[in-house]
Amino acid sequence: MIEQIFITIGDYFIFLRKVFSKPDKWSIFFKKLVFEMDTMGIGSILIVSIVSIAMGSVITTQTAMQIESSWIPTWTVGFVSRTSIVMELCPTIISLLLVGNLGSRITAEIGSMRVTEQIDALEVMGINPASYLVLPKVISSLIVNPVLIIFSIFFALLGGYLTVAITGCVSTYDFMDGLTYCFRVYDVVYAVVKTFVFAFVMSSVAAFYGYKIDGGALELGKANTQGIVVSSFIVLVMNVLVTQIML
Amino acid sequence: MIELKKVSKYFGDKQVLFDINTTFLEGKVNLIIGRSGSGKTVLMKCLVGLHFPEEGVVLYNERDFHHMEMQEQRKLRAEMGMVFQGSALFDSMTIQENVMFPLDMFTNMTDKEKLDRVNFCLERVDLHNVNALYPAELSGGMKKRAAIARAIACKPKYLFCDEPNSGLDPKTSLVIDELITDITHEFGITTVVNTHDLNSVITIGETISFIYDGHLAWRGDKDNVLTSDSKELNDFIYAQPLTQRIRQSL
Repeated sequence: MIEQIFITIGDYFIFLRKVFSKPDKWSIFFKKLVFEMDTMGIGSILIVSIVSIAMGSVITTQTAMQIESSWIPTWTVGFVSRTSIVMELCPTIISLLLVGNLGSRITAEIGSMRVTEQIDALEVMGINPASYLVLPKVISSLIVNPVLIIFSIFFALLGGYLTVAITGCVSTYDFMDGLTYCFRVYDVVYAVVKTFVFAFVMSSVAAFYGYKIDGGALELGKANTQGIVVSSFIVLVMNVLVTQIML
Repeated sequence: MIELKKVSKYFGDKQVLFDINTTFLEGKVNLIIGRSGSGKTVLMKCLVGLHFPEEGVVLYNERDFHHMEMQEQRKLRAEMGMVFQGSALFDSMTIQENVMFPLDMFTNMTDKEKLDRVNFCLERVDLHNVNALYPAELSGGMKKRAAIARAIACKPKYLFCDEPNSGLDPKTSLVIDELITDITHEFGITTVVNTHDLNSVITIGETISFIYDGHLAWRGDKDNVLTSDSKELNDFIYAQPLTQRIRQSL
């Protein structure tokens, strides 16, 4: 079992070396990169917006419920919601959502290409399939995911604001006051750095599990599940590590 | 010419190919035949570099394929075309994009030149008005023909076909066999076909290598395949009632 884990880790790094080799043709690489950015970014924006608005709404309501003492100023609701949303909820929860959404798509796409010998076809042609197929996906997720997280933060804060405006649990003025209180750009930098790391883990691990499939449809299903579980686990471990390093 | 010298292949402790020595001739249709699980596909994958043989060498015009420099190997791979058992067309691309793909990757042709070449290849395999279709929209035989069109797009010196007739009806199989033979002779390609289709064996096999349990059990051509005295080959050829009747009439 432990030996197998080390073999898999070794295979993963060998795979990464193949992925990060010079593309066979730059013009084709950029074309694929734009395509991936479009598919990943535009394709995910709706689900990210909906989840973010709901998340912002819930965290604001829950925070408002906890702060009942008149000794605590009401702008604290905005302050606590903003801090939770920017520093933890959006980067981590949305990244986990993207692991399920984009990561499984990557595993399924590359895995089915492996099962149907399309990857073998590339190899016979003399093309490096790892670089040709995976590099645009990894670079694209490194660009797209941080942008999605910024959008997500905006929508989550909007969700919180709308909740306050509709329920009246706190005045919108106090909520806005809390949102802007002691704002640090470093918090956003921290969120983006975390997302960047998570995006790399998500895309490369998902692609690795798709690429190393040996078998048929059954293996594809297993690989998809394994890819999501392992990516999610590594994302959570990296969350702890990055937090310890940056805060 | 492709030459195999003492090629052996292992998967872990299990040996699947044993000291294979054979030659595939230039401008000819060379068949690898044998029962399912005999090692035909492994042998073909060793030929195209998808498997690395632990022992022996694969020589392309006397150049050792598996031990050459990466750059040289890439250059040689660009001279290969392969038709896979399941066609292996890229399902996210249209047929035109599939056939154009090797041209995009390996040539500096203009868009017009590439399109002309794509249309020529599709015409050559008798596919019309399919440029904008996706592989999923084609029948099995059409997919095979599109795969052949992609394989010949870059004017390869070597063409490999892994069970090109599998899953096709007898008539479509004949069309594919004829197409492979015509293309081989027309462009002087060294073609290697992996098959267990008996019709292909007796009609297009200009050289035939029979693999039995990972060993090269017989080598000959279509003219003497039916009259061989190899027990293993005869068991393979005359396994079906139809071929047994042919044998009686010989």
